[in-house]
Amino acid sequence: MTTSAPARRTAARIPVRLDRRYLPVLGTFVVLALMLVVGGTRYDNFLTPAVVSNLFINNAHLVVLAVGMTFVILTGGIDLSVGAVLALSTVVTAALLQAGWPVPVVLPLAVGVGTVIGLAHGVMIHLFQVQPFVATLAGMFFARGLCFLIAPESIAIGDPAFVELASWVQIAGQWRMTSSVLIAAIVLGVAFLALHFTRFGRTVYAIGGGEQSALLMGLPVARTTVLAYVVSGTCAGLGGLLFAMYSRSGYSLTGVAMELDAIAAVVIGGTLLTGGTGFVLGSVLGVLVLGLIQTVITFEGTLSSWWTRIVIGVLLLVFVLLQRVLSLRRT
Amino acid sequence: MRDVLRHHLFWPVAALVALLVANTVARPGFLAITVRDGHLFGAPIDILRTTAPLLLVALGMTLVIATRGIDLSVGAVVAVSGAVALSQLAAAPDPAAPGTVLRAIGLALVLCLVLGVWNGFLVSVLGIQPIIATLILMTAGRGVAMLITGGMITTVTSAPFKVLGSGFWLGLPAAAVLAFGVFAAVAYVVRRTALGMLLEATGINPAASRLSGVRSRTLTWTVYAASGLFAGLAGLLISADTMAADANNAGLFIELDAILAVVIGGTALSGGKFNLSGTLVGALVIATLERTVTVLGISPLVTPLFMALVVIAVTLLQSPRMRERFTAVRRRTGTGAQRPAARPDSTEVTAG
Repeated sequence: MTTSAPARRTAARIPVRLDRRYLPVLGTFVVLALMLVVGGTRYDNFLTPAVVSNLFINNAHLVVLAVGMTFVILTGGIDLSVGAVLALSTVVTAALLQAGWPVPVVLPLAVGVGTVIGLAHGVMIHLFQVQPFVATLAGMFFARGLCFLIAPESIAIGDPAFVELASWVQIAGQWRMTSSVLIAAIVLGVAFLALHFTRFGRTVYAIGGGEQSALLMGLPVARTTVLAYVVSGTCAGLGGLLFAMYSRSGYSLTGVAMELDAIAAVVIGGTLLTGGTGFVLGSVLGVLVLGLIQTVITFEGTLSSWWTRIVIGVLLLVFVLLQRVLSLRRT
Repeated sequence: MRDVLRHHLFWPVAALVALLVANTVARPGFLAITVRDGHLFGAPIDILRTTAPLLLVALGMTLVIATRGIDLSVGAVVAVSGAVALSQLAAAPDPAAPGTVLRAIGLALVLCLVLGVWNGFLVSVLGIQPIIATLILMTAGRGVAMLITGGMITTVTSAPFKVLGSGFWLGLPAAAVLAFGVFAAVAYVVRRTALGMLLEATGINPAASRLSGVRSRTLTWTVYAASGLFAGLAGLLISADTMAADANNAGLFIELDAILAVVIGGTALSGGKFNLSGTLVGALVIATLERTVTVLGISPLVTPLFMALVVIAVTLLQSPRMRERFTAVRRRTGTGAQRPAARPDSTEVTAG
């Protein structure tokens, strides 16, 4: 990290010319558009409403995770627990429904599990000054262990009310939308408003830009840091709920390495891991790029699934280099 | 007593002893070691053997963390190393020939060294944050390993190679001898020369150390290369243990275990001061914990829960806030009055 100190300083001094800030997100957008164009010309039935709808339906939970992750990364932290918390939330949902609890009680409980874990992270990180990496790593192990304690095996969800909620599909022509896509869109909208139009959002950016400066400016650093982790935990809990709707089951091994996908989406979406710069909409573009890679590889047919990981790695590299070049030019 | 309590190894060692006591209570013969065919057998020996790969990975991780970095790619490197070595052996006409085995081992280690150098290049030359630079290889590495094995679990029979995993040297498990030997050699080099101090200087303040003539860039590059090499060696031990190269599961989460071992050992992730003895204890704690869970008859799937509890306990006890509280209590009772409340060495936690 020899040169990260100057990088952080430039990140804090947001340039006057706005276009620089939007460049990484623009890059993500170009990649997304290119993939759609190339896919559309290469394969028949690629740019059909069904495929595009499925892209959203399959990735609704990841959108929610990436949105929560963006808050944490903007403050300069990281949350490694989201995949495990997502699994815990699916397991809690499935186990409680199996025990006959009513849906209106189970839904807030499943999300609440994430909120509580997020709060614990925030407290560990802020009050006890444990590094975010370590605290959320412990949270990841904790949540994963708890999953196995509750249910070592997959539990199918048969509750009629939940199934009805999960199978709600709105069709306009060939366009399809499920309740999980709707929820993800609402989460995205709320996050966007919170980040750009509230004091909390501005403080999040300020902390990422420089915690010391934010503190000296009299901003509520403690409350905001803890709240960022609460947001991420809550999003992970909600993501679990969406995943439970999607898979109609709760399984303790879901979401292994999903935190990496979320982080990758945020980075590809143009958010700097040092904090302070980035947009929640970029993260969603990042999720769509990841989802599209999967779709392309499925369409290609001959390529094995492990190419997905290699392509994601290469894309990460390209975007990181792009950001590096941009931040160098700024100085 | 106060000095003992203040020692940086106190809590990690206490955790290790507590685990051993719990095991001995659950199974009175736990600590017994027997000699059979000139080899040592017993649960403690077994723990040493299972610690070996983790110890190697944690060793590299400690050095990387000392320079204020982190290496997330080690798990993927472990998978690549096993995949290369075993597919080399599988492709050879005689997998048991010493030359073939040596070539396979050499090739795997060189490739892992190259992967480490790649990480080092991204971090030290291009100046990418370590966590994201190594995340690239972490994501892509397993895909590469899959590519090497063709997506299958390669299995081979090769007696000389198998020795690395389950053989014995000097009555001790070969894997343990190798890992602890490498650990001792590195600890000797790092602590008996100025290298360790230079690493710490790089971690504490890269700019200042560069201005005072420390070659930060070369050092950073070296630690990532070393981390890759050690992870490769760990990958050989793991694949030799099962004699199967499983690109999906070999070394899965070992990067997290290694980071935990380093953290339990009292090295702060913010870089600077590091202690290798702490990492050794940390690795032993994790291996013993895994063993304890099976001894106590709990499903091994629940192991993460206990790991989380140990980590939370140790990190909270080591956190600056807790230390301040301890010092405050001591000052109030007057026992610590003669010493100034010196900040312990591992508490430089930077903001964010």
